[in-house]
Amino acid sequence: MAMPFFGPADDPGSNFPELLRRVGLVADVADAGSSSLDVPHATTCVALRYADGVVMAGDRRATSGNLISHRAMEKVVQADSHSGVAIAGAAGPAMEMIRLFQLQLEHYEKVEGSALSLEGKANQLSSMVRGNLPAAMQGMVVVPLFAGYDLRRSVGRLFAYDVTGGRYEEREYVATGSGSLHASTVIKVGFRPGLTRDEAITLASRSLWEAADADSATGGPDALRGIYPIVATVSSAGWQPVADDELAGVFQAIADEARSRGGV
Amino acid sequence: MTAPFYVAPEQVMKDRADYARKGVARGRGLVAIRFADGIVIVAENPSETLRKVSEIYDRIAFAGVGRYNEYDQLRVAGIRAADLKGFQYSRDDVDARTLANQYAQILGNIFTHEMKPMEVEILVAEVGTTADHDQMFHITFDGTVIDQRDVAVLGGDAEPVATRLREGFTEGLDLAAAVRLGASALAGDRELPYTELEVAQLARGNGRRCFRRLDDPAVADILS
Repeated sequence: MAMPFFGPADDPGSNFPELLRRVGLVADVADAGSSSLDVPHATTCVALRYADGVVMAGDRRATSGNLISHRAMEKVVQADSHSGVAIAGAAGPAMEMIRLFQLQLEHYEKVEGSALSLEGKANQLSSMVRGNLPAAMQGMVVVPLFAGYDLRRSVGRLFAYDVTGGRYEEREYVATGSGSLHASTVIKVGFRPGLTRDEAITLASRSLWEAADADSATGGPDALRGIYPIVATVSSAGWQPVADDELAGVFQAIADEARSRGGV
Repeated sequence: MTAPFYVAPEQVMKDRADYARKGVARGRGLVAIRFADGIVIVAENPSETLRKVSEIYDRIAFAGVGRYNEYDQLRVAGIRAADLKGFQYSRDDVDARTLANQYAQILGNIFTHEMKPMEVEILVAEVGTTADHDQMFHITFDGTVIDQRDVAVLGGDAEPVATRLREGFTEGLDLAAAVRLGASALAGDRELPYTELEVAQLARGNGRRCFRRLDDPAVADILS
């Protein structure tokens, strides 16, 4: 492929999806004509604010109907140095959206010489979700969460989306996916402003634990295989994943506590 | 109707080359030096915002001298080509050699077919997983590609700068020594304060994205 070289009038600027369209690399969604495609689905993700920023967490299970199709899927991923994105919904389009989103943030940063504002990143993701609407109408729904540390305002921020690309900023916590009802109730009960990092990680882990307990599409911690939910913090220091060793301890404590209450 | 004057093709090419060479020589130069952990690029550039050196991809950097708008256009084209290729295939498939060839095609084409050649010289540098795989491609206004190993010099007055660089270069320099060598080679017998320098490195130890700028305090610290 030749190097893309545009005149001033038709230059796509720092917009990577637009560049993909110009060079003809975007595959149109074919009309599958069915709303019951049995593709793998990713499930529960949560994000909440704590004193220094935000914590994001997501379980690892992907399901096709009543079957578990993946046990170690990563639905919570780093978007760039100070933000992350978590995705629930049809796994294929969701992963592709994440890949394009990550690339767009990096592309913008390189072309413009400075990173997008957090608000700009949130809006960019909004337009990508909206672009997925035709596929969503066929059952390929993708509903992301976006969270990051706003370097201009020095505060962690959370954004939820709906399937039309609607963008909603949340002040305290947010959850998405099939187990989100249980997860958000747990966070709602345990939340208070100014949680420490450890408290926030424990609360997020606890919410996934309860979601996995009540929702068959949400996976719990898998000590047998050593697969734990993905948990990460985003603060002024940037995106920092929480190590599996630490999570193993957190989930052990949650399990011990549940056992002490008689297993409920 | 009068017949157009005949101008020999040799003369046309020579005039264009002279024109481009003069344009490049008017600007300030830059040097790239291989050091223990990668490649460092030191440019003479008083501007804090109009960059000569920038990131193209995970392991690839771009540097240009001459007319800013022209090499900036090439910089953006390089980022696009790299990001497209990485998206279409894999991040591992993006390499400096391909980019250098694509740049050479564009520059060569413009040199022969357009009214005015680009008044630029550019450098595409790639840091390998080991020092043996570090690569530097120097591309001139007419699309000539020069593969360089240890050091590269772009811009006017290149010969004396290159001589000073080669005299000072040794295998396995550390970052500070490489920056000092670059600054002194550019300066010659002039005073070149750190505010006039733009320094960036491609280092193996930087994680996925190897490109890092060195800010003014860091450069001042190295040069003091």
